[in-house]
Formats: sequence, structure tokens, C-alpha cells
Amino acid sequence: MVSRRDILRAAGVGTIATSLPRWAFAATESDSRFVLVILRGAADGLAVAAPYGDPNYRKVRGELALPDPGQPDGLLKLDNTFGLHPSLAGVYSEFGKDQVLIVHAVASPYRSRSHFDGQDVLENGAANVGLLRDGWLNRALAPLGGSLGNEAAIAMAQNTPLVLRGDNSVTSWSPSQLPNADDSTLRRLQDMYADDEFFATRLVQALKSQEIADSESSMGQMRSRGNDAQQLQTMMQATARFLTAEDGPRIAVLEASGWDTHANQGTTNGALANRLGGLDAGLMTLRDELSKTWSKTVVAVVTEFGRTVAVNGTRGTDHGTASAAILLGGAVNGGRVIADWPGLGKSDLFQERDLMPTNDMRSMFKGVLSDHLSIADTALNNSVFPDSASAPSMQNLIRG
Amino acid sequence: MKIDSAIAANRFGLGARPGDLKTIDRNPTSWLLDQLQGPSRQPAELKGLPATADVLLEVQELRREQREMRQLADGEPAPDFVNTYGRTVRGHYTEQTQVRYRLAASTEHPFHERLVHFWSNHFAVSADKQPLSAIAGLYENEAIRPNITGTFADLLIACEQHPAMITYLDNQRSIGPTSTLGRRANRAQRDREIGLNENLAREILELHTLGVDGGYTQEDVTTFAKVITGWSIGGAGDTGRFAEGDPGTFEFRETIHEPGTHTILGKRYSQNGMDQGIAALRDLAVHPSTARFVATKLARHFVADEPSQSLLDQLVETYLESGGELTRVYTALIRADEAWLEPHSKYKSPHDFVISTFRAFDHVPENTRFVVGALDLMGQTPFRPGSPAGWPDTAEHWGGADALYKRIEWSNTVSRVVGSRVNPVDLGDAVLGPTFSAETRKAISRAENDVQGMTLLLASPDFQRR
Repeated sequence: MVSRRDILRAAGVGTIATSLPRWAFAATESDSRFVLVILRGAADGLAVAAPYGDPNYRKVRGELALPDPGQPDGLLKLDNTFGLHPSLAGVYSEFGKDQVLIVHAVASPYRSRSHFDGQDVLENGAANVGLLRDGWLNRALAPLGGSLGNEAAIAMAQNTPLVLRGDNSVTSWSPSQLPNADDSTLRRLQDMYADDEFFATRLVQALKSQEIADSESSMGQMRSRGNDAQQLQTMMQATARFLTAEDGPRIAVLEASGWDTHANQGTTNGALANRLGGLDAGLMTLRDELSKTWSKTVVAVVTEFGRTVAVNGTRGTDHGTASAAILLGGAVNGGRVIADWPGLGKSDLFQERDLMPTNDMRSMFKGVLSDHLSIADTALNNSVFPDSASAPSMQNLIRG
Repeated sequence: MKIDSAIAANRFGLGARPGDLKTIDRNPTSWLLDQLQGPSRQPAELKGLPATADVLLEVQELRREQREMRQLADGEPAPDFVNTYGRTVRGHYTEQTQVRYRLAASTEHPFHERLVHFWSNHFAVSADKQPLSAIAGLYENEAIRPNITGTFADLLIACEQHPAMITYLDNQRSIGPTSTLGRRANRAQRDREIGLNENLAREILELHTLGVDGGYTQEDVTTFAKVITGWSIGGAGDTGRFAEGDPGTFEFRETIHEPGTHTILGKRYSQNGMDQGIAALRDLAVHPSTARFVATKLARHFVADEPSQSLLDQLVETYLESGGELTRVYTALIRADEAWLEPHSKYKSPHDFVISTFRAFDHVPENTRFVVGALDLMGQTPFRPGSPAGWPDTAEHWGGADALYKRIEWSNTVSRVVGSRVNPVDLGDAVLGPTFSAETRKAISRAENDVQGMTLLLASPDFQRR
């Protein structure tokens, strides 16, 4: 087996890394793990957690309304207003253990309906479109002290999504089908890249994640094959390996696409139900693979915006505004739905069309970063989420 | 050897083949401009491809069989069907990607070909939605290729009327609520509103023309969706609902078109039928926001991730003056000094990297499975960007650590296949010319063997940038 450690050491990175304080441990004596799952394409929050108790629900959702709790294939009862989609049975079992929070009618500050701008604002943490070129989770790494060759965060993908891009060094990893390049070639590449910062830093970052992957024999066999659900499970397995590796990252970001259900979205069965089933299986894989570490973990499942309250002309839903987010994990103070429910009557809606946002996504993120990763309020308000005074941290999201 | 020759071949073209730089060196600007002359090219490689209509009919026939079999088998799709359907669709996809990448590896008009790929990405469809994987390559050749040297309006209309775009963004399903059929259907089933699907209308405004900051509102989106109701595909389709029109080709269906005068961006459109949508598209095509959006994307693709404001202003002016004559805009781009200042301003996408590797080896792959596999591995599966926004075009998107590692692994794998048949220093000279840096050359010349040397060349910053 090839060890990347020597190469890192040859580059002087190992020595630098070990001479620095071990990030979160030294800083906070905490080894909390945080996983961000981004559902790209605008997942329908009214299907993820349906407000079956809202008197207007059945009328406005028409043929996309899900059966009440207790009915065959019915919603999984969260409380007297909300029910979880029946495909999220695993998440529901965690809800029963008080380890799941549903945050509803939640949105980023973005109020238009472009996927791409919506994802930008969700990920850069700005108060509006186009204001920041780096991501809030990268900025949050500053007080955590990760460094080149000793990254605190990993993108479970080849490329780094915006939320993790920025000045703080992060790594990325995805399964490969190709043989490793030999150490001699890698050393020479490192020399050749020495004067080119773009290449030099990326190679060191990649070698770090390869080093961790090499130490886990099962990861060499991982393949990015199969359907989306199977691939998500593979990535969840790998995420657990990274988050439990000694000196590994403590924060991971995963992405899952395919939530843009403009047509034939389905109810208990169908396109969206299948996606949710795949997500549920992936989250349960992560829980199982993290094993004891699950108790120190918070997973946030978020999407760029929600979908129209009304069904469109093609049994689907178009781009909307507020949606639902899921927080789960052993560190979550759960078993509740957090919602200042705006209602579904025509005048209750945002622009008479979408679920009205009453929770700010940044408040949720701030609550997690503050209480789970011990990031100071000053950092949260000044650098991580600038201009977010209107979005104070949510309290009591994390077990005390 | 002029540095401009390397820029022309590697940044404007798809990568130099050995010998190319010498040819281009006579006059790099003319070499590029000459590729825009005459009618848009239909290379011989494309002759064997079927038409979209034929493929759609074949696929629909298979689906019809599936429905019948489902009825027989109580709803479960028969395993035989899944095999046949999958095999058919995959067969078309393979044939189309084969043609695309063989042509890219061998073309004598690589600037023209890069423009085809650029516009195919601007008007992206994605093969992760069926039946797009069977027709995405045909769409590129039928709607994009013949129109890239004409006006943007003609290109736009050709794309929005192609069955690939219509199905990708669901427009055949969008029904005017007060159209003949819409009213009838809504009377019949009270509980369910038959109506609009905004998908295509929104993406035309956001991704194809004005850009997201281009000054349109949600109301413009909804109204524009009404204007293009009826833009559909002929034949019975999957649902068997309407049968008029030539199967598998664009069909305007009056019976689902939302009647009346509609106002978009403050302008009233009182035309009837399909002409209403055409008029709106023609106005959108020459809107200043569209000019800026298109100019920015072109400059970002060909010059730098962050092109200067002055270059953009220049391109916008040309665009608006010429009414969106694309060849005029390309010419302005090529004639701009800024386009030639920095030889390595762009980090190659995986698509660029793989094609330029094959061109450097002057090798046209017989079977392109290896090419598709490589692109898949590096995160840019052909015709599968996964969203109507297409693939991103900047280093920050492609510059992940693991992505670089995949490029290194692939460089190493390719170099092992090529073995010691080519001397890597000579190849660097031949394809990078004056942009082959002394550091890279030194690293390669000190390599343990040619396989390692070739890996270093392919993974070098000089070759990874364009």
C-alpha cells in the first residue's frame, strides 16, 4: 500500500501540521462532527414535512396531498400539524429518539426563484445575491484552525462546492477507478508545482485525503457506480470513514441533486418519494457507519428554496420560496418541529404563491455553529454571516 | 514561433496536434477567422447519424410496448423490456458521443468546433432525464451546429423549438388554462387544475437570454410561459393524448395555446399562435441584457474567468450594433488585444483536458468508451451537466483538490498506454510551443522514464491551462 504521509512530509507539510495545535481539540476540547447535505434543485418542503393539520392543506395541495397519519401509506406523525413523508421512515425513527429537528417555513434571504442564485445565497451566506465569492462554512473554519495538509473540512466530491470555497484550506475526495500514480511521480509533480500556488495547494490537499483513504482498505474498493441512491450511500459510507479517521476532517459536505420536480412529482410513490427514500437510506447509512461518533454529530439537510404551494398543470410544482430543513444526529436536541407556521391561505402566501418564510436559514446555521462547533457570536455575525443581525441564532438546537 | 499561435490553438481551439502550431504561425488571427467563413459546417462524420424524429419514434414505440407489457404483468416492467429500452438508449448515446469526440480529436476547424460545444453548453439539455440521452448529441448537430455563425435570434429559436429542449424543460406538458383544451379539461376535472408549466419560460429568460439579473419579474415568467404554450412535439407521444403533427418534430398546438394579447417586459404581444412566441424571442435576442449576458459568457470562455469591463463593453456594442450577428461578436473577441495577453488564463475543464490530450497524441480513438469513461471519472460526463445551466466555466468550479488528483491519475494511465512511443519533451515543444515553460521542461527532462515524463507533461500547469 502506498503511503501518502511520506510525500506530505517531504513537502514539509507534515511537520507544519503537527507543530500546529490540533484544531478543534486544542481550541474547544470538543470533537463535534458536522455534516451538511445540500439538496440541489429545490426540494418540496411541503412534501418532506407536510402540514396535514393546516385546514387549507388538502385543498391547496390537491392531488399531491399526502394521506393523513394513520391512513395507509400515510404521513408519519410529527405533531398535530406536521407529518414526515412516509419515505423518510429512518429519519422518523430518529425523531422518535428525539434526535431530529424539522425546521419549517425556512428560507435563505434569497427571494427570487433561480436555482443557481438560490444556491449561491444558501452557500455564500450573504444577505443577497452576488455579494460574496466564498462560502460560510469555509469562513467558519477560521476559528477552528485547520491548515494546509491538515484540513478541518472535506467536500465529498471532486470539486469543492461554494459553501466550502475560500481562504481556509479544505480537501475533497471521491471514489476513483484508476490506479494510483506512484510516489516518485507525485513527488516530482510536487516539485514541478512548487511555484504555482493553485496546483501546489490542491495537490497537498488531495494527498491528505488520499492518505486517509489509503489507511481504510475498504475505500479503495468504493466505486461511483449505481443509481443516485446507491452513490449517495457510498458517499455516506466514505464520509463516516473520513469523520472517524484520526487526524481526519471533522466537517463534511455532500450534495444530492434531482429535486426539481416540475412534473409528475408523485405522492406516497413516484419520483420525489424515490428521492426521499434514497436520502433516508443514505442518512441511515451515515448513522450506522459513524457508530459511536453519531452521538457527537449534527447533520443538516437543506435545499436552496421550496416549491409552489399549488400544484402546477403537470402534476408537479414550480420554483417557490420557503421549504423545510432537517437537523439530525446524536447531538441534536430533537423530537420537535420548529415552525412559526404562516398558513396556506392565499393571503398567507409569499406573493400569493409560495410558502411564506418565517425562519431564516442563517439562524439555523448560526445556532448549530455556535452551540455545536463553539464558534463565537462575533465571528458568526461579522465574518461567517455578515449582515445577519436580522437572523439571530436559533437556541437549543443542540443537546446541552 | 509566435506565442499567439499557441493561444489560438490551445485556448480558442481544442488543443494543438503536432504540426498545428507551424501552420497556425503564418497568421493566428486569420486561422481563427477563416473557420467562421461560409455556411456552418456539417462534417462528414455526422452523416451516419439518425434524425431526432426517428430516435424519438423508436423510443416511444418501446415505451408503448412497455405499457402493454405492464398491463399484462400487473404493473411490473418486464426485465426484457428494461434491457431492450436501456440498450437502445445507450446505443444512441454511445454513437452520438463517439461522433462528437472523434470529430473533436480530428477536426481541422477546432475553433468552430469549440463554439459548437460552447453553445451546446449554453443551451444545455441533460441526458439524466429521459429520453434526452438518446437525442442530446443529435440536438447539438441539428439545432446548434447549423446556427452558430448566424444571428443569436435564429440560434435561440432553433434551440427552443427542438424536441430535446421542449421535453427537457417540460413545455409539451404546459397547457394554457383558458385554451380550448385547457378549459375543457378543467371543466371535466374540477379538483385538478390543468395548466402551465413555467420551466422552459423561466430558463429561457434566466439562462438563455437576459440572465438572472436581466430585469424580468415572476410575472414576466408566467406570462412568457403562456406565450409559448402550444410549443410542443408532433405525434401521439407517450401519453397518446394528441396525435397531430409530424411525430418527433416541433409542432405548434393551437388547442393548448393560451389565447390573447400578453405583455412581457412591458411590451405587448398581440400576435396569434406561434408567431407570438417567435416575436417575443426575437425581442429577447436583441435585448441589451441578453447582449451583456452572452458577451460575458463568451469572454469568460475564451479570454478569462473575470474578463475586463472594457472587453465586455466592446462585445456588447458589437452585439447590439449588429443585431446579434454572432460572427461579428466572435470577430470582435478575436481582434481584442486582451484576448492575446495572457497565454494561460483559463484552467481547462475535463472536457478540454481530455480532447486536447487526444489531439496532442494525434490519436482519434476508434472506440470512445475510454473518452467517455475519462470524462465521467473527472466529473464531466458528456451531455450530462445535470441542469439546464450547463457546465460551469471557471477554475473555482473545476479546481477541487480531488479533481486535480483524478487528472493526475488519468494522465498517468494514459501515459502508460502511450508508453515510450513519444518523447514528452518533444511533444511539449510541439503542442505548447512558446508556452512550454522552462520549469516544466526541466521537470520532464529529469523524469525517470518516458511514462513518468508524459504524466508530468499532461499534469503540468502548462498543459492543464489554456
